[in-house]
Amino acid sequence: MKSRFLSGPYVLWMVLFTLIPLGVVFYYAFTDSVTGAFTLANLGSMVNYWPIFLRSIWLSIFATVICLIIGYPVAYFIAHCKPTTQRLLQMLVMLPMCMSFLLRTLAWVALLEDTGIINNVVMSLGLESLPLIRNNGAVILGMVYNYLPYMILPLYTVLMKIDNRLVEAAQDLGCNSRQIFSKVTLPLSIPGIVSGITMVFVPAVSTFYISQKLGSPDTILIGDVIEMQFKSAYNPNLGAALSLVLMVLIFICVGIMNRFSDEDEEGMVTV
Amino acid sequence: MRNFTRIITILVFIFLYIPMIILGIASFSTGKDIAVFESFTFHQYRELFRDDGLVSLLTNSLIIAVISTLSATVLGTVASLGIHKSRGRLRKAIMTMTNIPMTNPEIVTGVSLALLFAFVGIILRINAVLGFWTLLIAHITFNLPYVILNVMPKLAQMDPDLTEAALDLGCTPVQAFFKVVLHEIMPGIISGALMAFTMSLDDFVISYFVTGSGFVTLPVEIYSYTKKPIHPKVYALFTLIFLVMLILMVTMNLLQARDNTRRRKLMLRRAGR
Amino acid sequence: MSNELIRLTNLVMEFDSDRILDSINLYIKDKEFLTLLGPSGCGKTTTLRVIGGFLTPTSGDVLFDGKRINDVPAYQRKINTVFQRYALFPHLDVYDNIAFGLRIAKLPEKEIDERVTEMLEIVSLKGFENRKITSLSGGQQQRVAIARALVNRPKVLLLDEPLGALDLRLRKDMQNELKRIQQAMGITFVYVTHDQEEALTMSDTIVVMDKGKIQQIGKPEDIYNEPKNAFVADFIGESNILDGTMLEDYSVKFFGRVFKCVDKGFAKNEPVDVVIRPEDIDIVKPEEGHLCGTVTSVTFKGVHYDTIVDFKGFKWLIQTTDFCPEGSYIGIRLNPEDIHIMHKSEYSGMFGDYSSYSAEYDEIADAEVSEDEE
Repeated sequence: MKSRFLSGPYVLWMVLFTLIPLGVVFYYAFTDSVTGAFTLANLGSMVNYWPIFLRSIWLSIFATVICLIIGYPVAYFIAHCKPTTQRLLQMLVMLPMCMSFLLRTLAWVALLEDTGIINNVVMSLGLESLPLIRNNGAVILGMVYNYLPYMILPLYTVLMKIDNRLVEAAQDLGCNSRQIFSKVTLPLSIPGIVSGITMVFVPAVSTFYISQKLGSPDTILIGDVIEMQFKSAYNPNLGAALSLVLMVLIFICVGIMNRFSDEDEEGMVTV
Repeated sequence: MRNFTRIITILVFIFLYIPMIILGIASFSTGKDIAVFESFTFHQYRELFRDDGLVSLLTNSLIIAVISTLSATVLGTVASLGIHKSRGRLRKAIMTMTNIPMTNPEIVTGVSLALLFAFVGIILRINAVLGFWTLLIAHITFNLPYVILNVMPKLAQMDPDLTEAALDLGCTPVQAFFKVVLHEIMPGIISGALMAFTMSLDDFVISYFVTGSGFVTLPVEIYSYTKKPIHPKVYALFTLIFLVMLILMVTMNLLQARDNTRRRKLMLRRAGR
Repeated sequence: MSNELIRLTNLVMEFDSDRILDSINLYIKDKEFLTLLGPSGCGKTTTLRVIGGFLTPTSGDVLFDGKRINDVPAYQRKINTVFQRYALFPHLDVYDNIAFGLRIAKLPEKEIDERVTEMLEIVSLKGFENRKITSLSGGQQQRVAIARALVNRPKVLLLDEPLGALDLRLRKDMQNELKRIQQAMGITFVYVTHDQEEALTMSDTIVVMDKGKIQQIGKPEDIYNEPKNAFVADFIGESNILDGTMLEDYSVKFFGRVFKCVDKGFAKNEPVDVVIRPEDIDIVKPEEGHLCGTVTSVTFKGVHYDTIVDFKGFKWLIQTTDFCPEGSYIGIRLNPEDIHIMHKSEYSGMFGDYSSYSAEYDEIADAEVSEDEE
């Protein structure tokens, strides 16, 4: 009976460092940076940042869709390998996640730069250098690159668990391979799709490093604006307001996504 | 169909590993420009080990990762036992809270903690709040859910009678935990701790917001390189870390594979009897 | 033999205002094999868990050797349990599983070794010391579980449906084995099962439970021959249960006829339930019978035929070695000792009518029980 209280210290910790901080974000969002008085000005100024919010959302939706399209076949392929191969490939997908994403992004800069590796090759062929960096495309590429494993892993987990007898049953009932996919495999993998989309979209929409390195001032994202408020513009109140809106936006997006899946929340996060 | 997915898979793996290859090659280059390979050298590696700065940054990262992982593992495992026993609304509330750091974007977690620390700093009139302790608190906070989400399923899988059997045979509840339950949930604890450790070691976004100039970890320092040209010995460090990670993962993989083969043999033997 | 060891007085157990146990009063004698028998959800496992110390009763007392032990935790009770799914520790081998309790008690390693070895012999598992639990068959795991509990020399061994996971053949063997071990070691067994045959075979005393209440306590023969109400009559074996009226001592009227019986002590003209066991009924020619009816179905059961006979719309089950084809008109005779009279109870009219008889009645009843066993 008493063992219920074992979670006490944890609950206390999470309240102190998860719930209260969110409360502090609220507090800052509704107060003036100089006087500390209650104000709606921070939230009011969100209108100015609307285009940036929109761009963040569009770019990350693009990136998420691309991740899904190229991640699904990969997950499908891995799930249908021999068990030993499966483990090896799964490990190869996870390995990049453990490496500094800053340096990996820098490597992409080296590849895509105007005087970078690709353009060196292009120019040595006597062609004009290509505008590969400092545009939306490069930012999307950076997002896809960084978050693709987060799409592949939950998809793989779900696809691997699909009972092969279901596929055989579908064959038995006269499905061709395309029908098997659309009638059995795809519907059963929806929880993985939802989980993958969430795990790519959330970090992508809030990123602030990728856009700085691969984008230009024109492709600035909402994460960059928030970072600036804390690290260079020193307006934490505006930063808090931006974070709050970002959080609410993501909350809505994830909420909509989760409606497509029946998975309970305890099983949602499968890394 | 099979060929189509195979080709995509190969392309994706090339895509995923291009940067590693580039950084790996750059670490052996004499030149300063990552994009131009001049000639082969081990110079960067020698430089790396002579550079006290980098080594101490790496040490900082390891200190934070180890301490935060250990604390989160203990706190999280104990908490899992409690959550496992609780039912209904309380359990739901705790699990929702556990999922907050998992679903919230990292930047929001970082910002919210930074604001909390700033707020506390103002109240307590401390000027430089941010540093080792704030960093540690932040890391423990985002590590905890990994432990809990890995341990909880193991507790659910465990036969509840095992605990009672231990009590029945004379164990106190604490003895029952250490002699029986711990063995059962160990795989979950280990995978949770490993996940927490890698997340902690590699974390940049949250650390960036909650650390001050007094205590800097490697990823945070690398970010500051964006303002100044990056020194090639960092590539050497990256390549080394990559190799360590690769060896670690392959070893784990082999161990797991051996374990699985043994289990399969066992099952065959039983079926044959 | 007749020392009282455990006593439960007015035991009540409630979960979220659901009453699981309703004032249970029971005493268990030393060296007795006592079985708690009943359908799933009747409270038998809860009773066992209260004795084991895994549950604290809402009200009422648990006495052990005359001392109240309500608040004594499980690990301080001189009681050990054999769990339903064995609950063997998968990270330990056979030897270490059995030695577990002795090591917790910090016995010298030499004594532990002696006792474990002795125990392995008793459960016929010599040579299995270093086997992994996962490499054992169900029956072997069962033996380890029993050895692990008995090696601590408990005063009482609690067994929660210990044979439920075994197949029929193995179950029969283990029944004998358990009885042998109980007699050899001379300790009290409290055994929980929903299998009436198992209970009748093994027990000194059977406690029949339903809906959190004790329905009857008695020796197996008494429970079978003198069921207290329709529930017990139906749960233990097969019974035809009819409405009747007790005219006076030794005389009961049902189906419009007066029969002689051996029961007495009822009020004059008291409405009663009349139990007639299907194997006690003699089939005779129609003209010689007390009652006559038409056979509506016959099922071969190996030793006997299950014959359903329609008597004026009420269908009886008769177990007989004589084959009577479907549609034949037969008579039956009832001897006074074949007729058993019970007071009316809340169960009256719920059991004992074979109108919806199907040949698979046994299997259906079993399936219902095991369905919500968890």
